[in-house]
Amino acid sequence: MSNGALLRCCGLSAAVEEKQILHEIDFEVPQGEVHVLMGPNGAGKSTLGHVLMGDPVYDITAGSIEFDGADITELTPDKRSLAGMFLSFQAPVEIPGVPLRSFLRAMVEGRGEKMKNKEFRKQTKALAETLDMDPAYLDRELGVGFSGGEKKKVEMLQLLMLKPKLAILDETDSGLDVDALSVVSRGMELYREQCDGTLLIITHNTRILEHLNVDRVHVMVAGRMVAYGTASLIEEIDAQGFERYEAAVAID
Amino acid sequence: MAEKKRTQVDDIDRSMYDFRYDDADAEKLDAGLTPDIVREISERKGEPEWMLEHRLKSLEVYNSIDMSDWGPSIDGLDMDNIVTYVKPPTEQKSDWESVPDNIKDTFDRLGIPQAERSYLAGVGAQYDSELVYHSMQESAAKMGIVYSGIEEALHGEYAELIRSKFMTLIPPTDHKFAALHGAVWSGGSFVYVPRGVRLDYPLQSYFRLNAKGAGQFEHTLIIVEDDADLHFIEGCSAPKYNVANLHAGAVELFVGKRAHLRYSTIENWSKNMYNLNTKRCRCEEEGEIEWISGSFGSHVGYLYPMSILAGRKARASFTGITFAGRGQNLDTGCKVVLAAPGTSASVETKGISKDGGIQTFRSSVVATPAANGSRCTVSCQSLMLDDRSRSDTIPAMDIRCKNVDIGHEATIGRIGDDKVFYLMSRGVSEEEAKAMIVNGFAEPISKELPLEYAVEMNNLIKLEMEGAIG
Repeated sequence: MSNGALLRCCGLSAAVEEKQILHEIDFEVPQGEVHVLMGPNGAGKSTLGHVLMGDPVYDITAGSIEFDGADITELTPDKRSLAGMFLSFQAPVEIPGVPLRSFLRAMVEGRGEKMKNKEFRKQTKALAETLDMDPAYLDRELGVGFSGGEKKKVEMLQLLMLKPKLAILDETDSGLDVDALSVVSRGMELYREQCDGTLLIITHNTRILEHLNVDRVHVMVAGRMVAYGTASLIEEIDAQGFERYEAAVAID
Repeated sequence: MAEKKRTQVDDIDRSMYDFRYDDADAEKLDAGLTPDIVREISERKGEPEWMLEHRLKSLEVYNSIDMSDWGPSIDGLDMDNIVTYVKPPTEQKSDWESVPDNIKDTFDRLGIPQAERSYLAGVGAQYDSELVYHSMQESAAKMGIVYSGIEEALHGEYAELIRSKFMTLIPPTDHKFAALHGAVWSGGSFVYVPRGVRLDYPLQSYFRLNAKGAGQFEHTLIIVEDDADLHFIEGCSAPKYNVANLHAGAVELFVGKRAHLRYSTIENWSKNMYNLNTKRCRCEEEGEIEWISGSFGSHVGYLYPMSILAGRKARASFTGITFAGRGQNLDTGCKVVLAAPGTSASVETKGISKDGGIQTFRSSVVATPAANGSRCTVSCQSLMLDDRSRSDTIPAMDIRCKNVDIGHEATIGRIGDDKVFYLMSRGVSEEEAKAMIVNGFAEPISKELPLEYAVEMNNLIKLEMEGAIG
């Protein structure tokens, strides 16, 4: 892109039921980079992820979101998805009665891609195997009775199928087990390898970042962006926590 | 900021059923209910004397009992204005070409002749008060199966058998509309499956009510003898009028020892219909009845198919779905009577309400003192698509036997915004996301329907993503 940024937020503020959660967020993610969003519990990191994706629970009260050169502030989530944005959910939903494969098919067809059933089955099966996922899961109801690790596999499977321009991975739940962690790491690696994807990773867990070259770290406290820096910031936060940022916001 | 835009799952598209023909050619009796009208119906049919007596007695019962005082209001139904008998301008035919054009066109548009050619062993088609078509494949006839209009059967080989069964499961004294049915019933099918005979393809009767302000009162009587097997499908629809129409049919099913009957219904009456239908089945030893029931139409519906498990180890299952949209109050469910040792029944239903529709699941499970070792499970789930709609669950259990196992579970929920958001975040439109969730909810029921009906049901719930399922 000419001006470099795939995603840009300008003065983005958002509220849920009159309660202001995000305050004038400014930040951008250039094409092809890996960014990490960190911050203490309740800082609004997941909210930001959901607002970027267009979750109707939140009202955008000021500011704008630009994606791939267009203003998407008013777009519904499906339009944002079609424009190339992807959000991996911290806690993916369960949809009884809808087989995973049917859902994936609807997802692909929603993009106007015509694919023969046989080819589609082959592709989904191959992707499942890449992620060490039992292909039998493709015939099960979406999310129903899946373990945390299996749910993450389904998220990564979708990421690799859709090959979005930007993947926002919401991994704020520090309760991820080792299995789920490795699934997410593997998914991110493949995504980077296969389509030189752009990543915004929301996490507490620095282990997830071990095999990635992080370009930039953003720190969020109490709904505001309070700092940014290079990958070295991760180690610093690991060692010292968020106290000094929280103190700065309190004085402010 | 801009208002959040929320679209809805579309209401059921009934346009394919909503067409009508002028009924000027039809012979109608006066509206209302008098002994003279009942006599005239009987006379026109040239039926046996006992049937006229049955009708007149039923009329007396009708006049002597009150309307039920529970369930949705039927105040909009004025019996003095309902035309109880409308004869289409034709006799019953056994080939579609002989059926008058308007009527043939109606059934063409409903896909009946096509279905008959592709997967049915026989078809009966009723238009207003009379059957206009009845036919069965020769191979089925050779097996000794009888599938005909019940009125003609009253004069045939099985006349005495019919007399011994007719309105014994549903006596006219049972409730007001059973009495009404006894007085003015007209049309309907008779099926007899001899001992040990198993029919691989279903029989189907389709009931179409075309006349404005009329009632339809068909009587279906099915006898499946010991060790025999039958699948029977019933469909119904009507064009919409701005006055009330009434459907008070009766279905009586007799399942012999070790016999099996599957009875599937997709009901699509228009939204001016009062559907006050009664269905009952009696199962003998190790006999099995399977009810599949989809209720999508009607303004007001009362429908509770009943299974009487009279023989040791008899079984019943009831699988039902009800979709109540704007202006609909559908009170549906089932009744089970465990009346012999070792019987078992399972009930699984789904209810959907939207746009102010009211959907109520009502069930009654009775275990008699003879039901030693019997069991019954009831599971009902309801989904409300918005805040204006309503779902209720009213289960009743009457257990008079110590050694029985009766279970009930019910859940009522709303369509989750988090689920809609999740699907939309994958590029699926809001309508499609909701349709997907609703169809997923309905899936345990739709998979039980005959294929063509499952497709129809999915279309009814406006699932525009064919090929995505399965």
